[in-house]
Amino acid sequence: MQRRTKFGIGIGIIVVSMGFLAWLGYGESKTYYHTIAELQTLHGTARAHRLRVGGTVEPGTIKRLSGRVNFVLAGEGKLLPVSYVGSEPLPDTFVDKSQALVEGSLGNDGSFVAEHVQAKCASKYEAAPGGDRKPDSAKASTM
Amino acid sequence: MDVFGSFALLLAFLCAGYAFVGGIAAIRTRHPLLVKSARQAGIAACGLIFLATGSLVYLFFSDSYWVSYVVSHSNRDLATFYKIAALWSGQEGSLLFWSFLLAIYVISVLLVYRNKNGELMPYVGVVLAGVQIFFLTLNNFVANPFKVLASPGANGALEIFTRADGNGLTPLLQYPEMVIHPPNLYSGYTGFTIPFAFALGALLARYPGEKWIHLTRKWTMIAWCFQTMGILLGAHWAYAVLGWGGYWGWDPVENASLLPWLTGTAFLHSVMMQEKRGMMKVWNVWLVFTTFMLCILGTLLTRSGVVSSVHAFAQSSIGNYFVGFLLLVFAVCLVAYVKNRDYLKSENQLDSMVSRESSFLFNNLILLVSCIAVLSGTLFPVFSEWFSSSRISVGAPFFNKVNIPIGLILLFLTGVGPLLAWRKTSTDSLKRNFGWPVVVALIAGVVVFVLGVREFFSLVCLTLCVFVTSTIGMEFFRGARVIRSRSGASLLASAVDLTMRNTRRYGGYIVHMGMVLIFVGLAGAAFNRDTQKDMQSGSTLDIGQYRLLLQGFDSKAEKNYTSERMIVEVWRDNKPLMMLYPERRFFQTNEQSGTMVAIYSTLREDLYIVYAGENPETRQPVIHAYLNPLVKWIWLGGLVVVLGTLVTLLPNRRAVLVLAGAPEGARVQQPSAQTLAPSIALREGHD
Repeated sequence: MQRRTKFGIGIGIIVVSMGFLAWLGYGESKTYYHTIAELQTLHGTARAHRLRVGGTVEPGTIKRLSGRVNFVLAGEGKLLPVSYVGSEPLPDTFVDKSQALVEGSLGNDGSFVAEHVQAKCASKYEAAPGGDRKPDSAKASTM
Repeated sequence: MDVFGSFALLLAFLCAGYAFVGGIAAIRTRHPLLVKSARQAGIAACGLIFLATGSLVYLFFSDSYWVSYVVSHSNRDLATFYKIAALWSGQEGSLLFWSFLLAIYVISVLLVYRNKNGELMPYVGVVLAGVQIFFLTLNNFVANPFKVLASPGANGALEIFTRADGNGLTPLLQYPEMVIHPPNLYSGYTGFTIPFAFALGALLARYPGEKWIHLTRKWTMIAWCFQTMGILLGAHWAYAVLGWGGYWGWDPVENASLLPWLTGTAFLHSVMMQEKRGMMKVWNVWLVFTTFMLCILGTLLTRSGVVSSVHAFAQSSIGNYFVGFLLLVFAVCLVAYVKNRDYLKSENQLDSMVSRESSFLFNNLILLVSCIAVLSGTLFPVFSEWFSSSRISVGAPFFNKVNIPIGLILLFLTGVGPLLAWRKTSTDSLKRNFGWPVVVALIAGVVVFVLGVREFFSLVCLTLCVFVTSTIGMEFFRGARVIRSRSGASLLASAVDLTMRNTRRYGGYIVHMGMVLIFVGLAGAAFNRDTQKDMQSGSTLDIGQYRLLLQGFDSKAEKNYTSERMIVEVWRDNKPLMMLYPERRFFQTNEQSGTMVAIYSTLREDLYIVYAGENPETRQPVIHAYLNPLVKWIWLGGLVVVLGTLVTLLPNRRAVLVLAGAPEGARVQQPSAQTLAPSIALREGHD
């Protein structure tokens, strides 16, 4: 076999298998961004996707219950009741009127079941520089 | 001082402009006076940037609360230490900081090579000035850090006013790592400008030979080292401050810092093919172009929040400038390449699958695949919105699925590559070099399996770590043994001697060893455990072999915040071990709170305790405890990587003992039997 062919096959195997793994990972973790208004227009399979929604926390709606935290997100004049069921503690920046980003899925009753919540304080401050790391529960300051 | 700083920035912009235009004129006319004046304008621009940065620092230290940037990022009670960090804690300041670090590199290059490489340097100077102009444009006209607070006065004219105190620095940034992490990472980002400028300059000048690679090797190593440290310090900051028990979350900003590291690492390896065999010239030039563009992209992602933000969160307009600059850089690179591509013809071809060349080739391929995967995953929300109506993001499973196997293949190549011969490796040498390491690694694999490591990737990872360690150990041992047989020094002293004689090769091995330690640490992640419990004074929580006993609380008012601490006694095997104090801090100025994690770290595992706040129902404080095996190895590995990089930067010590007096030709053509065996002098190693 030609040397070039050999290298070609080697490279091909690597690229194809990595592509396959990427495709698997994509299927497992893809999440759709929507606004609160768009959520109400979703139909069929689109409602079953993993979703990410942003909005402002309505003042006075944060209710801490056992095993969950309920609150209402507002955006574009629409409201969305959210129930946070994740195990991570909510970020320190999650308070009334803060901007929040929730990730999870739509419940049958039209409410949102969130597994992750990120929040940014309403008070104005900027993102951290460099490689500031904001993994899920603590994305507070970058957004 | 704000006027002084503003003015210095404006002058710096003009000087950089002259260095650029004058430099092009100098290249056209070859007039020595023009060459000199362009260089001096470049140096002046750097000096002015230093002055501007100095005045912003001064404004922070003098509590000048009429400057908008100072108001937003500092307050009177902020510790001195963090007033320095405040410099780069926001948009305007960190862009100035970019210019500042770049200026350090630029002025060093311009001074070091002021009387050398006369054909090449004007081109390099023009490229560097071009990059500086972009950042100075942002500093002067888009995100000026010297803006003052002003409001319309009685007669309608703007009047400057001063605030009594500033808004304070984000609590997340009030942590020692945050003072050293951004400078490191930014030094990495800016540092890759130097090899980029030399590569592009050499291409434009059609500068003969591989000289630009020799010239830039040290600069690339320095940038790479800063980038590595920046990434690891950032990971450590995330681990110690954010309190989620992990160090890497595939966050867009993290990914942004990883991308140029991946291509930079590929570049460091593939230039060796060009140095030794005259191959991969096109590839190398494009790798360094790509690395630079990824550095710009990294700054863009960090600064603009283009990916992490959703519709609801405001986006910064600064992104457009970066995208424009990226496109411009790409266009310039493409044109330079198309016009001069005949200059990049390869002198050799690949000979065999089992050779040093092919191991570099696969190393590069793998690093590039990883880079593409991380890049596409990071930018997926942006691209998906372009190509379809919905904005889709991908999460950790996507990145892990691709990058874990890639990491393991790389680890394998780390062990194999340096021991393969150039061109073609014989079966005999394969047996000699890899026989023992394979046996040792297999035994280690079995031992680790019996000890209870059943997670597939962790098992493979640890086995490979042992394999790579033994190949590296064998290299040091063989070389040191020869030196010992001549000098009679101890094996350790001989190993040090060996390293100093070929710093590049053995320093490289030390860097590889550091990477191995990091991989050991990463393998531990599969066994992380955590538990959460409501606590009151006197209650206990068990995790692993540890028992946590909550003794009580105390609170303390500090200058800038009040802290509330849990007093936790840690027991191991029914014996009291130590006290830990997880803490919550409340910052009055900006009404935010922060977590201080308490960590008991050993080589075996980290006991990681977070004071997670109060359970709203029971009104009791909550402890979240994590047990993270082997994390410490990651930080140790980082230190070893830095040490190894420093070694590679040292000049080689002359091998006086062995080769003193031997004529140059004789050394290579008639090696004595003894030098041949481990062949320190002969085999072209990892250098």
